[in-house]
Amino acid sequence: MATKAPEKKAPEKKTGFPKPGEILGEQWDKFREAQLWKSIFRPGSIFRKGHQDSPKSRAYVVMNNVLYHLHPVKVKRHGIKLSYTLCLGGLSFFLFIFLTITGIFLMFFYRPSTEVVYADMTALHTQVAFGQLVRNLHRWGAHLMTVTVFLHMARVFYTGAYKPPREFNWIVGVILLLVTVLLAFSGYLLPWDQLAIWAVTVGTQFALESPVVGREAYFVFVGGGQIGATTLIRWYTLHVLFLPFIIVLFMAVHFWRVRKDGGISGPL
Amino acid sequence: MAESPDEVYERVLAEEKDKGSSPPVAEARAKAARHRARKGLPTDPAEAAKAEAAAKPASDQASAGEQEPKAEEAAETTEEKPAEAPSEEKPAAAVAKTPAAQAAPAAQAEGAPKGRGAAARAARSAAGGQIAPERMQRLLAVVKPEAIQRVEREPIDRVNTWPHLMAAEAVALLAVTVFLMLFSAFINAPFREMANINQTPNPSKAPWYFLGLQELLRYFHPQVAGVLIPQWLIVGFFATPYIDRNPSNKPNDRKLAIVMFTIYLMFFAVLTIVGSLFRGPGFNWIYPWQIPIVRIFEF
Repeated sequence: MATKAPEKKAPEKKTGFPKPGEILGEQWDKFREAQLWKSIFRPGSIFRKGHQDSPKSRAYVVMNNVLYHLHPVKVKRHGIKLSYTLCLGGLSFFLFIFLTITGIFLMFFYRPSTEVVYADMTALHTQVAFGQLVRNLHRWGAHLMTVTVFLHMARVFYTGAYKPPREFNWIVGVILLLVTVLLAFSGYLLPWDQLAIWAVTVGTQFALESPVVGREAYFVFVGGGQIGATTLIRWYTLHVLFLPFIIVLFMAVHFWRVRKDGGISGPL
Repeated sequence: MAESPDEVYERVLAEEKDKGSSPPVAEARAKAARHRARKGLPTDPAEAAKAEAAAKPASDQASAGEQEPKAEEAAETTEEKPAEAPSEEKPAAAVAKTPAAQAAPAAQAEGAPKGRGAAARAARSAAGGQIAPERMQRLLAVVKPEAIQRVEREPIDRVNTWPHLMAAEAVALLAVTVFLMLFSAFINAPFREMANINQTPNPSKAPWYFLGLQELLRYFHPQVAGVLIPQWLIVGFFATPYIDRNPSNKPNDRKLAIVMFTIYLMFFAVLTIVGSLFRGPGFNWIYPWQIPIVRIFEF
């Protein structure tokens, strides 16, 4: 004897006042259908209403976003293994952005003049909210970036990723490594304490040793015969403006060539 | 026929407009008719289709329906095109009798230079020894030969960047951020007394990434350690891809390169570590545990 299957319940008619969550949900859905929202999030964005996971929408996520557009829509499967790249190139880029943000914060409280710079540094530690923390982040982040850029070069060597057609991108990469070290070194002077000035004194002695143009090179780096106020403003400008400008130019070429040369190298 | 090609153009254009075709389609059909008139072919689209179908064995009927809309698009984008896109406005008899007639011009209209239109062209030349008219085409895009799918190429195993790669990247970014935050929360960046050019600290060291070179200064003349060696290192790095001509990237095929680079890395690492942690006052040898604890993170 077949029992009658329970009839499908008709959707309950809403009675009383809707709950606050329902109102919010409805408004949220409406907002996501609005032109404003749709004009910000291009097709394929996971924030669009009715987003569905499909190969097409996965492609759109990359194609329709300026940042994600650094990547191709699809990558070789071996390339996403952590053991192949260790994420070193991407982390170097991330650390560059991280250092730019923390560096801009530090610039608000820093005057590159020998009379006030040490007082500014002390005030940064003691009076600025999160001043000490942001300076720590900037310092350790900079050391970490030097390490990741260098290890990235080692990774590229060990996977043979400098071989044709990627020879030129290797050269761009070596330039990026040099500029990274220069950025770190130019930032070293800026705290204007005994550690900074003597590290730079030792470092710039190397310039004096270069043949023929030794004294001239030293003069250009130091801005005089001895490290002082002229050196500080010179290295400050190099650190916050000139070298970041150079490194961004070469990074653009570097990333562009990665794509043009066929994406990630390998497989091994 | 007394009509000149230009008259044919005007007539077909007027006919098409009467039928209610959209202006671009009407114009394309009129142009096609004018072109046929110049070549001395039948100008009426239906007749032309029949003539072709008579010669061509019926083939690929199924795709006829699919290709038709494409043919219309192509007619709109291509400057001068003899192909005609038949539509439902055609006489019903012609459609019913010769379904292949649709396939032929449609395939031609698609205008792929290789392959797809070949069957239709072969059929036409068989029909009356008439060779397909030269088509003038606009340059729409430059496509590298690699971009065209080649059957002989091994398909590469690829995955979607989103979410597979980007999820991994997000984790890496977060991990590094957390690491830096924790490190910075517990260990302060070094900050000594104010710079004083007249008071030399002992030892005075360069930043750690130059300590390998500073260590070399103990063993070589400054011209060698400070200029010659770094210079050749940089030149060597730049020249690496041009020195190493071995095309393989398999570790087994490039043992020499890997051994040489590893030796370089070891030298560099050892010199840097010795310069950083094993050099005390006067740059003389000490052990890391002899360094005052407050000096350990001074770099």
